[in-house]
Amino acid sequence: MSGGEKYLAAAYTVIFVTLLVYVAIIAAKLSRLERETAELAGLAQERRPDRG
Amino acid sequence: MTFLADVATLARKDLRLELRARDTLPAMLLFVVSTLVVFRFALPEGADDVAAQGADDVAAQGLLWVALVFTALLGLARAWAPEREGGALEGLVLAPTDRSAIWLGKSAAVFIFLCALDAVALPAFALFFAPVSLSTVAGVLLANVGICAIGTLLAAMAAASRTRELILPLLFLPLAIPLVVGGVGAGVSAEPARFLAFLGLYDGVFAILCWASFEYVVSE
Amino acid sequence: MSTSSLNRSGFGSPVPLLAVLASGLVGIALALVFFVAPEDADQGLSQKIFYFHVPIALTAYACFGWGAFKALLLLWRKEERYDLESYVAVHQGTIFGALTLATGSIWAKASWGHWWLWSENQLVLFLVLFLFYSAYFMLRFSIEEGPRRANISAVYALFGIALVPVSFLAIRLAENVIHPTVFTREGPQMTGTMFFTFCVAWVAISALAYALYRLELLGKRLDSNLRELREALSS
Repeated sequence: MSGGEKYLAAAYTVIFVTLLVYVAIIAAKLSRLERETAELAGLAQERRPDRG
Repeated sequence: MTFLADVATLARKDLRLELRARDTLPAMLLFVVSTLVVFRFALPEGADDVAAQGADDVAAQGLLWVALVFTALLGLARAWAPEREGGALEGLVLAPTDRSAIWLGKSAAVFIFLCALDAVALPAFALFFAPVSLSTVAGVLLANVGICAIGTLLAAMAAASRTRELILPLLFLPLAIPLVVGGVGAGVSAEPARFLAFLGLYDGVFAILCWASFEYVVSE
Repeated sequence: MSTSSLNRSGFGSPVPLLAVLASGLVGIALALVFFVAPEDADQGLSQKIFYFHVPIALTAYACFGWGAFKALLLLWRKEERYDLESYVAVHQGTIFGALTLATGSIWAKASWGHWWLWSENQLVLFLVLFLFYSAYFMLRFSIEEGPRRANISAVYALFGIALVPVSFLAIRLAENVIHPTVFTREGPQMTGTMFFTFCVAWVAISALAYALYRLELLGKRLDSNLRELREALSS
């Protein structure tokens, strides 16, 4: 790859990687939210066990 | 016009407090002179070559502005100290005065402090480095307006923060960059009028913005 | 607490649709950039960095502007949701701003052989803005959550948008006197195809930014709703 091509690839790679990092952060947040909702569902169950 | 009367009262109060306590201004004066001396040692020795001399003078102009900006920061960190220590800011905010009057009064007092600072810094600079042109003085005065306007408001923001002393420079420096450009340009360029006009524009824009938004900074 | 983004009538949150739209547009833009747009005679292949670098810069400005707009709404209407919307917009703007600096730096290296050029007004402007908005986050996270923090953040966001033209002017003034330009940049002469590609890329990046903005808002609102729920359940 010539010089110019390398920089072009570098620039687009930076953009791509940034997006992927973003997705990873969102994924981590989603799993945390999932854990929390499960926990809260458990708490809600305890308060009204008859409502199932 | 009670607005202006309030502003004058508040500014007078700050000046009187400083005259009595004499803690902030002497520190600023000493700081700026020490800084200029440090710069003298930090600059590489110019050759006897006239061209190098010229370049040194231009670089030195930049150092003047760095010294002024950081000394102003030092003073601004203490701008709201009297109100904070006495718990007076809440009282001022509750008073039946336009909140912007608080900002303008404090800014006016800070402006006077900055002018007092310049009365020492500019002669010191002329002594250590290079003579100071009229356009530099004009630039300094115009920049003072901008510094006291935004500095007072940013200091009030910083007062609400946990990391008070740390955050004020971070807030102030990016906004101070255009001031430095204007000031150095006024001193260095062949057309200082453009830079002075720019400083005036900066002052106008940000003074209006500060005046309009100060009440939101101090109220809930 | 507003849950409007969760309880929108119909298909729930528009975020998935926005994401699909953005992905599609970005895909089309990439295809155009690499397969359709002609290669620049002067700069060669590295010129193609422009197709994304400039839209990213423009989108960063747009994000900051949007954040300032929401900030103004907060100060005027005093509705809590504007605080979060302003914050997320500024956050997006900062990310895109950082990307602008990164891609701009790579372009500078490719074109001029230096990783940084003070003569590149756009880059310098973004550096100043990046410093400014980084301080936004430091300020925001050092203040207790509440109306005070919202107000101060809003005022600061408004200062930011005023800083954009003022800084730009300052940098223009500085370049001619304080830093005489060594390199002058001539904008690429754009053929019709190039211009079309640029426009598509711009729309794509804007769509991407908006999708990310709505996504982040969704996540943060979910967060605070869950917190409220937790408080309600454990009391």
